Amino acid sequence: MSAAVETPFRRLVSEFSTSPVAVGAGIAVVLIILAATFAEFVVPQNPYDLASLNILDGSLPPMSEGFEGNYYLLGTDEQGRDMFSAMIYGLRTSLLVSFIAVTSAVLIGMTLGMFAAWRGGWVESLIMRIVDIQLSFPALLVALILLAILGKGVDKVIIALIMIQWAYFARTTRGAALSEIRKDYVMAARCTALGQMRILFRHVLPNCLPPVIVIATVQIANAIAIEASLSFLGVGVPITEPSLGLLISNGFGYLLSGRYWISFYPGIALLLTLTCINLVGDQMRDVLNPRLHK
Amino acid sequence: MTQPVLSVRNLTTEFHTKAGIVRAVDGISFDVGPGEVMALVGESGSGKTITGFSIMGLIDEPGKVVDGEILLNGQNLRGMSEKKLQGLRGDRIAMIFQDPMMTLNPLLRIEEQMVETVLAHRDVSKARAREMATEALALVGIPSPAERLRNYPHEMSGGMRQRVVIAIALMLEPDLIIADEPTTALDVTIQSQILSEMQKLMAERNTALIWVTHDLTVVAGLAHKVAVMYAGRIVEYADVDPLLDQPIHPYTSGLISSIPSSVPRGQTLRQIPGMAPSLLNLPKGCSFQPRCFAASEQCGVSRPDETNVDGVRRYRCHNPLEVA
Amino acid sequence: MLAYLIRRLGQSVLVMSVMATIVFFGLYMVGNPVDLLINPEDDLAAQEAAIARLGLDQPILVQFWHFLQGVVQGDLGTSFVHNQPALELILSRLPATLELAAFAMLLAVIIGIPLGMFAGLYPKSPVSKGIMAGSILGFSTPNFWQGLMLIMLFAVFWRVLPAGGRGETAELFGIPFSFLTLDGLQHLFLPALNIAIYKISLVIRLSQAGTAEVSLQDYVKYARARGLSTRRIVGTHILKNILIPIVTVLGLELGSVLAFAVVTETVFSWPGMGKLLIDSIGLLDRPVVVAYLMLTVFLFVVINLVVDLVYSLLDPRIRTKGKNA
Ligand SMILES: Nc1ncnc2c1ncn2[C@@H]1O[C@H](COP(=O)(O)OP(=O)(O)OP(=O)(O)O)[C@@H](O)[C@H]1O
Ligand SMILES: [Mg+2]
Repeated sequence: MSAAVETPFRRLVSEFSTSPVAVGAGIAVVLIILAATFAEFVVPQNPYDLASLNILDGSLPPMSEGFEGNYYLLGTDEQGRDMFSAMIYGLRTSLLVSFIAVTSAVLIGMTLGMFAAWRGGWVESLIMRIVDIQLSFPALLVALILLAILGKGVDKVIIALIMIQWAYFARTTRGAALSEIRKDYVMAARCTALGQMRILFRHVLPNCLPPVIVIATVQIANAIAIEASLSFLGVGVPITEPSLGLLISNGFGYLLSGRYWISFYPGIALLLTLTCINLVGDQMRDVLNPRLHK
Repeated sequence: MTQPVLSVRNLTTEFHTKAGIVRAVDGISFDVGPGEVMALVGESGSGKTITGFSIMGLIDEPGKVVDGEILLNGQNLRGMSEKKLQGLRGDRIAMIFQDPMMTLNPLLRIEEQMVETVLAHRDVSKARAREMATEALALVGIPSPAERLRNYPHEMSGGMRQRVVIAIALMLEPDLIIADEPTTALDVTIQSQILSEMQKLMAERNTALIWVTHDLTVVAGLAHKVAVMYAGRIVEYADVDPLLDQPIHPYTSGLISSIPSSVPRGQTLRQIPGMAPSLLNLPKGCSFQPRCFAASEQCGVSRPDETNVDGVRRYRCHNPLEVA
Repeated sequence: MLAYLIRRLGQSVLVMSVMATIVFFGLYMVGNPVDLLINPEDDLAAQEAAIARLGLDQPILVQFWHFLQGVVQGDLGTSFVHNQPALELILSRLPATLELAAFAMLLAVIIGIPLGMFAGLYPKSPVSKGIMAGSILGFSTPNFWQGLMLIMLFAVFWRVLPAGGRGETAELFGIPFSFLTLDGLQHLFLPALNIAIYKISLVIRLSQAGTAEVSLQDYVKYARARGLSTRRIVGTHILKNILIPIVTVLGLELGSVLAFAVVTETVFSWPGMGKLLIDSIGLLDRPVVVAYLMLTVFLFVVINLVVDLVYSLLDPRIRTKGKNA
């Protein structure tokens, strides 16, 4: 009997597994992350080491063989760059940027959200007003304006993403924290200064985590999409560290001449990544949403 | 004997849920003649509403009428095409739903909901349909009906809305009305007022009425026949007076003695002990046996068959109360 | 109600001023438009004259002061690049964007609602499952790439629709529109579809959930009990009830259409506000960016107000409340 201990974590995992689609998507997400992390070992060519490019292999369609017998699964671009390699490297940039941005946004948003819920009064009103106003504008537009001010660069994109995403987490955290803070025992414990921190970290914080995790998952997908759009519009990452969005943008020019693969495959990679993350996020919401549990 | 308006034979309705099969209506039979009022009485969850929906052909997934016959003027409604049923619903059979606050569409004026009902069944002009609606509202005692037609449901009180729904049921002069506790949401004075008005109309128009209620007090002055339901079955069926005077089934007796007026002043009311059983795991034998004061060993073993007393009165019980 | 309106308007004015301030000073720190705008081959006097003409030689606070004065008078500065009042420039591009947005919304509603209602009415049908899966895909597909793929399919491979531009326009009330000519419609279709696909997915989701929920309501069963036809029940009783959240969300989404329009207009070279913004950011055309922002905030305020009004029109329960208040 000892083997079948029902930890909450186990329960969540088993509930998550009820949807084969979500499990498939989850596995795909893990594979994508692994491939991006160990890009050097996965791809045949370092796409940004000019020495390894062969200009004679330029603009080859997918599944063709190069001048020196290299095999190009997804074809090459103008400079003879292997698109598969470029795609995996681009994936890495995309994932890294959005991961850093969302993690920072979670930290900032949770801190402000908890602070608002705990302090109440005008502090809460002020923070929540800013959140409301910011969330009433489309994220992409806000990011675009921010980047118009900040200029190009990976760090600038990350800052812009943090600035558009912290508000979601602040709102969610405050909501979840409030429902816990209103409970009697918290009310009572607030009277003793000693109890405050303890209550905050032992009870209020854990209560905020499930919704924040769900939102964070979806927001990673959003961050990837927004970063890609910004890079496509030419205000995102610089040409030296291309993300998927920039790769697609570069391929735009070749599209009309029929060399579709330069834009097509990075887009598929992007689409696959976003869909899988969204599917995982959907299932997580169902599993973690306490309202759906009887 | 005149042909009954509605004749239900061995009606059985099941819900196939994840937790198992719920037999909400379990082989019930009864007749209702023209101008006759049959009360369908039972505790919450006994299957009264589902009986009504089964007759109307309104049982939705995961539910299904699995057995029996529903004869309306001799025509079997079960297995009838949806198209034909649609023509009968609202026209020949009308149903008044349990909760008057939820039955009318909040976004449509009363007028629109009444007119659409007429137009679904009668080939008349819109103006004529509006006239019929106004007449129907006046019939159920709604003051200045023509203006009321312009109202949205939320602009009316619960009692008003209930009258509107009753008016819609009466409007096309159906042969049968199924009224599912139409008055429980109302306060007592309005309740009795509406009750007597409806009874009068039924008698005048020779309409058959199935009156669903869990309140035996209203049954005495209103119904001709009473069917007592418990856990999906009719456990006792009789003319109203003998049933109230001399209940045969212990459950009927229990229902009667929990009515305040039935007990002499100063004596305590006798409630039926325990709670209605879950239909998912009914007790072995008679479903009522765990709560029954007259239960014997046999009751825990076999389900009682129906015993017919005099051609009308029937009951399902191993230990019927003495008929004096 | 009036007090509420005034409060809302006051708040919007505040938001607009804060935004304008941030953007104005933010943009000032980036690059120097002088380098871009003035021909280095010109002699010094000509250069200085140009700088003076644009007011770029004055201290930033003075420039800001002039800017604020202008805003109050509806003058948002003059585009450095186009040498035309910024607001006028943007307004001249507004019809193209609004046309695109309106057409996209139209597509979203006429495609999304029937599909979503079908999925809500028959949740077990494989068709419904396909519709819902498709809507997930529609949510996840990056807008700009989707645009490229539409171009690739319709313009490059099949050659049935043009790849970009606005096509032939015809004037209505003195404003050029594409939808009035066949050629214009052909040019309009792909960019509008590109914006619409996301909205269609959204509308499908909303109408599916709404239909599934409303179908369980007593009043729908009661409508059936009165013998109404399926068409009447679905088309009136259910549709009216699901329309409220759809209109609300779509109205609020109109704002995000402006954002998506930036991407779509860039992909399809559609000469609207969005493309102008991207070009202006690239060229450091500060007044145009600021003017764009001010106008967008303004549009948002108007949209939100209109949505509130339409909402109360659709729901008589709210309408009465407003009357009593
Ligand atoms: N969709 C369903 N799925 C499963 N079981 C159902 C469903 N609908 C009804 N039932 C079951 O059928 C039984 C009878 O329900 P019904 O609504 O007919 O009771 P009732 O006698 O009308 O009660 P009340 O007096 O509360 O209205 C209930 O026990 C209920 O659990
Ligand atoms: Mg009922």
